[in-house]
Amino acid sequence: MLWILITLLALGALGFVLGRQRAVASAGGDTRVLHSLPVYYGTNVTLLTLVPALLVLGVWLMAQPIVIDRMVSAQLPDSYVAEAASRDLLMTEIRRLADGIDTAVERGAFNGLDALNLSVGDDIRRQLADAGVALGADVSPEVLQAAQSFREMSGAGRTWMTVAVFALALAGLAYAYLRTTKDLRARNRVEHMILGVLMLASTLAILTTVGIVLSMLWDTRNFFQLYPWQDFFFGLEWRPSFEGNSELGLIPLLWGTLYISLIALLVAVPIGLFAAIFMAEYATRRVRSVAKPLIEVLAGIPTIVYGLFALITVGPMLRDYFAAPLGLGNSSSSVMTAGIVMGIMLIPFVSSLSDDIINAVPQSLRDGSYGLGATQSETVKQVVLPAALPGIVGAVLLAASRAIGETMIVVLGAGAAARLDLNPFEAMTTVTVKIVGQLTGDTDFSSPEALVAFALGLTLFVITLGLNIFALYIVRKYREQYE
Amino acid sequence: MSMEDAIMNDMTQIDQGVAVDELKMQARNVDVFYGAGGGTRSAEDMAADKAITHAIKHVDVDIADKTVTSFIGPSGCGKSTFLRVLNRMNDTIDGCRMTGDVTLEGENIYDPKVDPVQLRAKVGMVFQKPNPFPKSIFDNVAYGPRIHGLARNKADLAEIVEKSLRRAAIWDEVKDRLDAPGTGLSGGQQQRLCIARAVATSPEVLLMDEPCSALDPIATAQVEELIDDLRSRFSVVIVTHSMQQAARVSQKTAFFHLGELVEFDDTDKIFTNPSDPRTESYITGRIG
Ligand SMILES: Nc1ncnc2c1ncn2[C@@H]1O[C@H](COP(=O)(O)OP(=O)(O)O)[C@@H](O)[C@H]1O
Ligand SMILES: [Mg+2]
Repeated sequence: MLWILITLLALGALGFVLGRQRAVASAGGDTRVLHSLPVYYGTNVTLLTLVPALLVLGVWLMAQPIVIDRMVSAQLPDSYVAEAASRDLLMTEIRRLADGIDTAVERGAFNGLDALNLSVGDDIRRQLADAGVALGADVSPEVLQAAQSFREMSGAGRTWMTVAVFALALAGLAYAYLRTTKDLRARNRVEHMILGVLMLASTLAILTTVGIVLSMLWDTRNFFQLYPWQDFFFGLEWRPSFEGNSELGLIPLLWGTLYISLIALLVAVPIGLFAAIFMAEYATRRVRSVAKPLIEVLAGIPTIVYGLFALITVGPMLRDYFAAPLGLGNSSSSVMTAGIVMGIMLIPFVSSLSDDIINAVPQSLRDGSYGLGATQSETVKQVVLPAALPGIVGAVLLAASRAIGETMIVVLGAGAAARLDLNPFEAMTTVTVKIVGQLTGDTDFSSPEALVAFALGLTLFVITLGLNIFALYIVRKYREQYE
Repeated sequence: MSMEDAIMNDMTQIDQGVAVDELKMQARNVDVFYGAGGGTRSAEDMAADKAITHAIKHVDVDIADKTVTSFIGPSGCGKSTFLRVLNRMNDTIDGCRMTGDVTLEGENIYDPKVDPVQLRAKVGMVFQKPNPFPKSIFDNVAYGPRIHGLARNKADLAEIVEKSLRRAAIWDEVKDRLDAPGTGLSGGQQQRLCIARAVATSPEVLLMDEPCSALDPIATAQVEELIDDLRSRFSVVIVTHSMQQAARVSQKTAFFHLGELVEFDDTDKIFTNPSDPRTESYITGRIG
């Protein structure tokens, strides 16, 4: 793999030098008669050499395993598949064996020819174990055969890939080199190719998002085949148990998430917004240059540190000075603890976004207001904030998205007990905490108790997506009105 | 047709025979410095400091009541700065210091007892770029009366708004859409809306900083006509880079050059028979 890349890059560099030389030569050494600067001719050749070859390389690397899996899977006799637990498990076993043999060959346990002639009678499991590769079970003839054809196809695939990639690179190089004359519009061509590369990058970004959603959708579908969706969305109990009979109701988790986020926003929005107003409108330059970085330091603290702060300081303090005297419980993990600490975490987020937005309000509006005899706070309240409102709403909703997705602070501050309660001094938990909880430890990925994590994740995704769309809608609406 | 002829021609269109009323504002020995920081350094001290911009140098101006006074001069000569002296808008600029005396009806507006915020309700201002607030047309005009508590009730407020919009000659265009955002109007309408907004606090003096420079010729003509109307109730001070405009709308003209007031006189005198050679060079297009 690595050597393919290095050789390709070397070809690209060679192309650059050749293309440049040929262009300069075709102009008789006078670069002024060239259509473009000499670098563009070089870059043009390099790009034509590298881009198609790299693209094919990437696609091939992704497609090959899938194609081979399909072909091997099709070779397996149906009767044998029916006996085994599932086709997926069987394929895992085959891949494992194939990899194992490859590794053993690499380590010199047996040579390539021996590897091809292995038979079930050879006690492959022991031989591989000697070579340092552990297999789960003894090897059946069907699996061995499939594994061998898997290896064969992979090997052939790799060879063909190398051939195709280099053929393409050389063809690109030759084509671009031959086309290089002094009149070639190399500058425009390079521009086009750069545009293509940029577009490819953004397409990839979008495709990954789609891919993430699709994979979540897939597992969520599996979950709903095992567990009724009504019980998930409307269930008031969260009681997973690995002996079956779990109750996996979303409501208590959603309640915990929203309750904690609400408290976090109640802390973060006023403080963050007021801090931003002070920074943007009142603070002198000297105060600003000290205070702003100080607030932004808060943003650099890892959330686990906030979690510790919640666990060790805020939790016990709230319990001893508020919850216990008021008779509201004596748990140091509580919605209040997590909410307050999360709010503190969000302050710099809200304040620095709002600060930028307030600064973007044109000075002419402030002048207009002062010119009519308004005081500074009247100006802020009636002119600056309304003008900045869409941006501020956007900032608050972004903060809300972060609060909803936060995990560490909740684990350490609010605990992991799912509960549906109004008392903010009770321990509760959130969707994210349970996602982690259901997937860590010894989990069987085909049980509803594990798969529920994907349904929870998807729900969370839909909520934050909805929030973001709502934010966009608000921003648009105000923009239409005021611009 | 020479420049002077053109100006003469323009002037004949507006009656210049207005008797100058009594004194409204008076500025004496005004100096303005930018980048001066805080502190209480003397004018001489700051003038000697190379790091400080000396934007206005010993300027004396008298603003008469019910008169349009125009400030002309090349870009950067301090017209806007001096205009902002008159309503203490310079106070909102960091590092801007002024020395000297400015009075409004005999009272020193830089006296510590005077609240600059109250002062700005009496000395209104219209800016170069129309800057309606992101609010409805009604709320834009009602902004000043609301903050200063000028209306007793809703009907009263509506009346003030209507009167101001009429005075700014824009009522007919907006009376059916008072709830529409002020930012949705055309440039010329926005500027007249800003004038209505300034008029709504019943100021005694109206300051305008190049109010037409962002407008097309038709909108400019409308605003100029309006300025002539406003003279019946206010004293108006207008900064302009167009000499024709100064000649058309004003009775008094002040010519600034490099922070100094070169000449201040009746408009027709300035444009026909200036006493300073720099004024003559400027109005004939040789400097600026
Ligand atoms: N806010 C400011 N800060 C620093 N210098 C300024 C500021 N405003 C104006 N000046 C300076 O003061 C001088 C006069 O400017 P200004 O009054 O805007 O001129 P005009 O309106 O006649 O074009 C210029 O040299 C300008 O650079
Ligand atoms: Mg100016």
